[in-house]
Amino acid sequence: MAELQVHRAGPGVTLQDMGRTGYLAQGLSRGGAMDRLALVEGAALLGQAAELAAIEIAGSLLSVEADGPVRIALTGAPMRALCDGAPLVWNASHLLPAGARLDLSGARGGYSYLHVGGGVDAPEFLGARSAHLAAGIGAMLQAGDRLALGQDAGRATGQTLTPQARFDGGPLRMIETPQTRLYPQAERERFTQSRFYKDARANRMGQKMVPDGAGFALDTGLTILSEAIVPGDIQITGDGAPYVLLAECQTTGGYPRIGTVLPCDLPRLVQAPADASLSFRFIPIEEAVEAERAEARRRADLSRDLRPLIRDPHDIPDLLAYQLISGVTRGDDLERNAT
Amino acid sequence: MSRPVSSEQPDQPEVHVLGIDGLRVRFGSSLSEAANRAALAFRAALEADAPPGVEEAATSLTSVYLRFSLADTDHAQLAGALQPLLDRQDWYQADLPRGRRLWRVPAVFGTKLAPQLPDVAAKLGLTPEDATAALCAAPLRVQTIGFAPGQPYLGELPPEWDIPRQTDLTPRVPEGALVVAIRQVVLFSVSTPTGWWHVGQTALRLFRPDAAEPFLLRPGDELRFHGVSPEELDNIRDRDPEGGAVSERLD
Repeated sequence: MAELQVHRAGPGVTLQDMGRTGYLAQGLSRGGAMDRLALVEGAALLGQAAELAAIEIAGSLLSVEADGPVRIALTGAPMRALCDGAPLVWNASHLLPAGARLDLSGARGGYSYLHVGGGVDAPEFLGARSAHLAAGIGAMLQAGDRLALGQDAGRATGQTLTPQARFDGGPLRMIETPQTRLYPQAERERFTQSRFYKDARANRMGQKMVPDGAGFALDTGLTILSEAIVPGDIQITGDGAPYVLLAECQTTGGYPRIGTVLPCDLPRLVQAPADASLSFRFIPIEEAVEAERAEARRRADLSRDLRPLIRDPHDIPDLLAYQLISGVTRGDDLERNAT
Repeated sequence: MSRPVSSEQPDQPEVHVLGIDGLRVRFGSSLSEAANRAALAFRAALEADAPPGVEEAATSLTSVYLRFSLADTDHAQLAGALQPLLDRQDWYQADLPRGRRLWRVPAVFGTKLAPQLPDVAAKLGLTPEDATAALCAAPLRVQTIGFAPGQPYLGELPPEWDIPRQTDLTPRVPEGALVVAIRQVVLFSVSTPTGWWHVGQTALRLFRPDAAEPFLLRPGDELRFHGVSPEELDNIRDRDPEGGAVSERLD
């Protein structure tokens, strides 16, 4: 069976899948990929199940080599991708030849994903292969690691899709929590009218947010009995700083939550660059449920949006600028995607 | 369905929206033995007979969180389906779930391993020895497991132990730390910063990802501590991956 050898891995490179469910009662949160949509996009590009494990790269770098030909797909935050020095298109599937070196670097933050045909075949623990760093499950990948790959039933490469826009911040939808109304109406309005930036302090458990004005401390000194919390909850600590809880968040907490971001809007948060502003707005629970269901349907049909990576040469005005090899381009995709 | 309008209705279960795919059934807004027992019993009933769409249920101190599949149900429909179950009995009078165990756990109290015992004893007006004796005599139950994997909240200590958390954080306590505040004892499954008072140190490994049974304790289990010397705790660490904890069935 094919193997992927890690030559170089920056910090925050982990194996991720959809996480492990069913252990909240034991204090173990679900974990899994920070940008689940990127997992679905990678699976669509390779024509395989979205539950397979892929490699998540948290804004650092990764160099790997396979001992046999391996289908790969690249999704999430765009990086500079080189196959033996030749640039590869992001948001696309490619064939990585045996012995070729894949170098990924240069992300502007966010989370990037390297998917392999058949998925990474690491041992399952409690029903999943993902590292859960906060719980001490698994570890960051490092140079010298060898990853077994699953059986790849697919053949196609050279597919691409246009990713759902989520790399420029913007508004995030949320619903009320049982504590939302502890905040006076004026404070809730101020929260939804504020602009927020991502604090440098962030990890797989949560993202601290920096408002463009004062914090949102409750001055009533309320103590809230510790209870279940969920990813997407916006927890306000005693000093008024909001934290959006993410994949590896704790399972219970006693700080008030002003709102809960919709799961389908979380990719926009985790993929926002440091200089992008984010805002929050309340929507009714019924509208939130409908938005989640609609997004689930869209993701299930994502393979309909695939198109071949190579365009008809007659349609390409600057033909001589291209190398006509599957998946190889002029090398400035990163720059063009970023604008 | 009910909304969190009046939060101060004692001893009446309330159903609230908690997240896009979850509900919270709350049996009390403050901690009481009856509300905790109601939550444990209600979750046990859900394990046996959950309405369609429920994916998992977890207790916190006085409430049960249910996560459901949006493909199968929604908040209003599930809240409606829960009502007959809530009405079926007086959950505050329910028996504790079956399969509970009594654990006897060795711990070092005080010394360099648990340096805040004298501070807590002083708050109680006791000698460190008497505070240790009181902790070891207290019947403690796992009221919930949460925050981190396998991490128990134990209660309830006598009323005089209602001491607030520290205003500052202790930068780091080790795995197995026994900490107290607000009439509760917490055992940490990972090394962590904390505002709770570090009065004891166990060799317990509450979450062992590589073990056949990764989680040592279950909600409803009872615990009794007994004091050992730091040397004895070292020996226990060396020979027993479960940290010297011995259990027996309670039912």
